[in-house]
Amino acid sequence: MALLQVSGVTKTYGPLKALDGVDLEIGAGSFHGLIGPNGSGKSSLLKAIAGAHFPTTGRILFDNDDITAMPPYQRSRRGLSLKFQITSVLTELSVYDNVLLALQATEGYGALFRSRSRGRLDDEVMGALERFRLAGRADDLAGELSHGEQQWLEIAMALAPRPKLLLLDEPTGGMSPEERRVTGELLAPIRRHCALVIVEHDLDFIKNICDRLTVLDQGRVLGTGSVAEIEGDARVQEIYTRRV
Amino acid sequence: MTATTRAAPPATARRGSFRILPAIELAVLALLLVVPFLLADRPELITLLTNVVILSLLALSFDLCWGFSGIMSFGQALFFGVAGYGVALVGRDLEFSQLWATLPLAMLAGGALAAILAAFLLLGRKAPTSIFVAFGTLTGAYAAERLVAGWQYVGAGNGLSAIKLMAFGEYEFVEGLDFYAVALTALVLVYAASRMLVRSQLGLVLAGIRQNEERLAFFGYRVQVFKALVFSLAGMVAGLSGALYSYHQGFTGPSNLGPGLSTTAVIYCLFGGSGTLIGPVIGTVAIEVLSYVLADIDAIRQFWPVLLGLVLLLVVTFQPTGLLGLAVSARERIGTYGARKAAR
Repeated sequence: MALLQVSGVTKTYGPLKALDGVDLEIGAGSFHGLIGPNGSGKSSLLKAIAGAHFPTTGRILFDNDDITAMPPYQRSRRGLSLKFQITSVLTELSVYDNVLLALQATEGYGALFRSRSRGRLDDEVMGALERFRLAGRADDLAGELSHGEQQWLEIAMALAPRPKLLLLDEPTGGMSPEERRVTGELLAPIRRHCALVIVEHDLDFIKNICDRLTVLDQGRVLGTGSVAEIEGDARVQEIYTRRV
Repeated sequence: MTATTRAAPPATARRGSFRILPAIELAVLALLLVVPFLLADRPELITLLTNVVILSLLALSFDLCWGFSGIMSFGQALFFGVAGYGVALVGRDLEFSQLWATLPLAMLAGGALAAILAAFLLLGRKAPTSIFVAFGTLTGAYAAERLVAGWQYVGAGNGLSAIKLMAFGEYEFVEGLDFYAVALTALVLVYAASRMLVRSQLGLVLAGIRQNEERLAFFGYRVQVFKALVFSLAGMVAGLSGALYSYHQGFTGPSNLGPGLSTTAVIYCLFGGSGTLIGPVIGTVAIEVLSYVLADIDAIRQFWPVLLGLVLLLVVTFQPTGLLGLAVSARERIGTYGARKAAR
């Protein structure tokens, strides 16, 4: 049984069809890339999976639960985590508090008021920051970080509660080549406990870290397969040489 | 320049550096403790100071809503006024005014009413906009003011006067130092509890909500429930304030639960500095004392409200962080929440 199963998902905005009968299956521990030209529906699909908007028709199963109409907080509690396309770290809070905020989300109201887990979570917060090379910036405001560091912080926040599936929307957008390389290195170890769905325009980056790719075009799935299969697909080559 | 090589910015107002906010809090507490004894021969000033302390609670309740949770409530007077009417009616109809029962009940009434309003305004299927909440609370206060103004049982437009004195056992509290002591004790207790709330891990959630509600939902937080919780707690604080005010004034009327007083609480808070807890107290003291002093100057007796209004307008327009923003950095105001071990 797949960890995530998207069946016949359609999303319409008036006359515009952002998604048109999309099917997708993601297995546990799999790294799956979503590629396609601008406006092909990649981010719309990610948002439908995360709950940022609900599909017009179709069904989304996650870990055997139907999450199609669930609000984002319930999906998150079931182990689904999202990193937005536009960096959305909390710039007025410290780097440390951003990660603490992500980690303590499952605590009850009383426990939060009594700050019961503040001490206990310290090691986890610093561990997450160390993994993403941000431990030295823990006391800085998140808004003081460079763009690349903010992207890493946001991935660290998304991974902190140990989700089963991480959705990354253009994680290397605006990064230097060196930062992209490091980002790939930082993501590789999460495969042990987490599957990944990633939307990315940098095809070299996505080919290096993903096992499988799904190509979207005009809201429809053009093809799904291994990196080699997709690279050899004439239809994919055609849309990329035509439109990217 | 890559992320890994970028130099850290100058360390300003970081963990462990000097913080001015606690010093200001202590200074205000010391003043509120000492000044009444210096004014012992001026009972009218003790009355003024008692009013200031009671209204500080109302301003504090608005700060919990707006300054810490991003809820623009123009209805804090609704909870204030309902609790005030409540203790007045209990005194009139049941001949009962023991503070150990009526003050907690007033808090419960304010909190319950706020929870009901929150269920309508905040807990709908879709997250409400700030404007919706602002107009919803404003409408609630306006409707309540109109309702009591036409309701004979609660005195209609004349309100309720000669309210039974607040008592503890046989002892009755009249205007003066003893009533001031009760009001100040209430303020200190509420302030301490509010401070604990906003500096806790729950306060971190509120800080996150203020900045990006949507992001918090994707972490797994039920954002609107957190807001409803704080709104209800703020309603309890406003209820306590309203009960003390009614007892102290010996009177309550429709204007005590309308938009006028609600807006005054907003101004107290913004003038002093929202999101600080102590700012609303400073704002209330400053505005009430300034009003008292200006009204006593012959040369401006006719138009002092205009002068005061101009001062408030200038501060709110050009100093959005209020008076406290002149001394307290944004970093300190927002604060840090983790329990990071010092050395690693």
